[in-house]
Amino acid sequence: MSAVTHHIPDAMLAAYAAGTLPHAFAVVVASHVSLCDHCRVALAAHQTVGGVVLEDSDAVPVSSSLKDNLFAQLDAPFVPEPVYDRSGIYPGPVMEALQGRALKWKTLGMGVRQDILTEDAHGSVRLLYIPPGQAVPDHGHNGLEMTLVLQGSFSDETGQFGVGDVEIADEDLEHTPIADAGDPCICLAATDARLRFNAFLPRILQPIFRI
Amino acid sequence: MPPECIGYSDQTHWMIAIRDNQDREAFAKLFDYFAPRLKGFIMKSGTNAAQAEEIVQDVMLTVWRKAAQFDPHRAQVSAWIYQITRNRQIDITRKESRPVPEELKEDPGSEADASQVVGLEQEAGLLRQALANLKPEQREIIEKAYLGELTHQEISAQTGLPLGTIKSRIRLGMERLRHELKDLKQ
Repeated sequence: MSAVTHHIPDAMLAAYAAGTLPHAFAVVVASHVSLCDHCRVALAAHQTVGGVVLEDSDAVPVSSSLKDNLFAQLDAPFVPEPVYDRSGIYPGPVMEALQGRALKWKTLGMGVRQDILTEDAHGSVRLLYIPPGQAVPDHGHNGLEMTLVLQGSFSDETGQFGVGDVEIADEDLEHTPIADAGDPCICLAATDARLRFNAFLPRILQPIFRI
Repeated sequence: MPPECIGYSDQTHWMIAIRDNQDREAFAKLFDYFAPRLKGFIMKSGTNAAQAEEIVQDVMLTVWRKAAQFDPHRAQVSAWIYQITRNRQIDITRKESRPVPEELKEDPGSEADASQVVGLEQEAGLLRQALANLKPEQREIIEKAYLGELTHQEISAQTGLPLGTIKSRIRLGMERLRHELKDLKQ
């Protein structure tokens, strides 16, 4: 766990605390923080700044009924929010995104598989399974991509990424991640745009595979 | 007041009493302190007074219900309420649940470490001073960022901000927290 060397950039942690990060990226940040004390502490620092901003806000008197209404609800029964624990290599936020369902790997060819967790107009987050030695085909990016390693490792032009490491790639980065020898590499990958594969799949097939 | 809690802020005392004893008197004090500030905080980003009060009520009810999760070793009361507030605002406006990190598993035998709690409060006090000393326009950008009005790209583009100073200030204080996390896992 102490071996994590690629962390979440500070501006992203601040945006996560403030809630402005798109959902797909928030799943990756929450998953990384579950695995990385360094970023858990940095996030706590941002929450402290947020707390100071809150506490120093100008007080605006609240109406007298608000407190009565609130206290009247304190004994009301309620259903606690479900708590999602880690399961094997999958951190709590991934289990939350799965909503109790089993993994459904779909093959993309060359032994590469994926399971899309969520997808909306602002982006998508998926699990990727890459056999050792296999390249995730060279692709450019239309937007931002975050990749968190959950099992095994991969390497590309920018370095090596092991369990807990996050690679952040934007449209300027043309890279070819290759899964290292050993266990198959399983990653959590979020994008805010569809990937543009250069060589792997004809672009016409992309809507079918939703990549 | 248990002797080990000397030096805690009023807010921390109230929150511990709420957590451990469902103390309504303490909750009333916490409400009187935070509700008007919360309302001001929420209205800063353009929410009208009536909607802001609805969110205040929702947040304070969440504080009561999640009190068991409050841990003064890891978070100031205001930081904890800040995160609950932003999470609730997102849940309500986007109608989606915000992904949160796994909770740390607390060792049931672990005892309160007053120096850690007081140390965290002192660091937050120093941070407040550092923020108060910023130029008004810098302070405004910090507020915007934590009110959720800037994207992460916009935050990282704020190169003129003394965020680095603030960060190293608070990182220093948070080192204690890191050591505690390490101990927890051994």
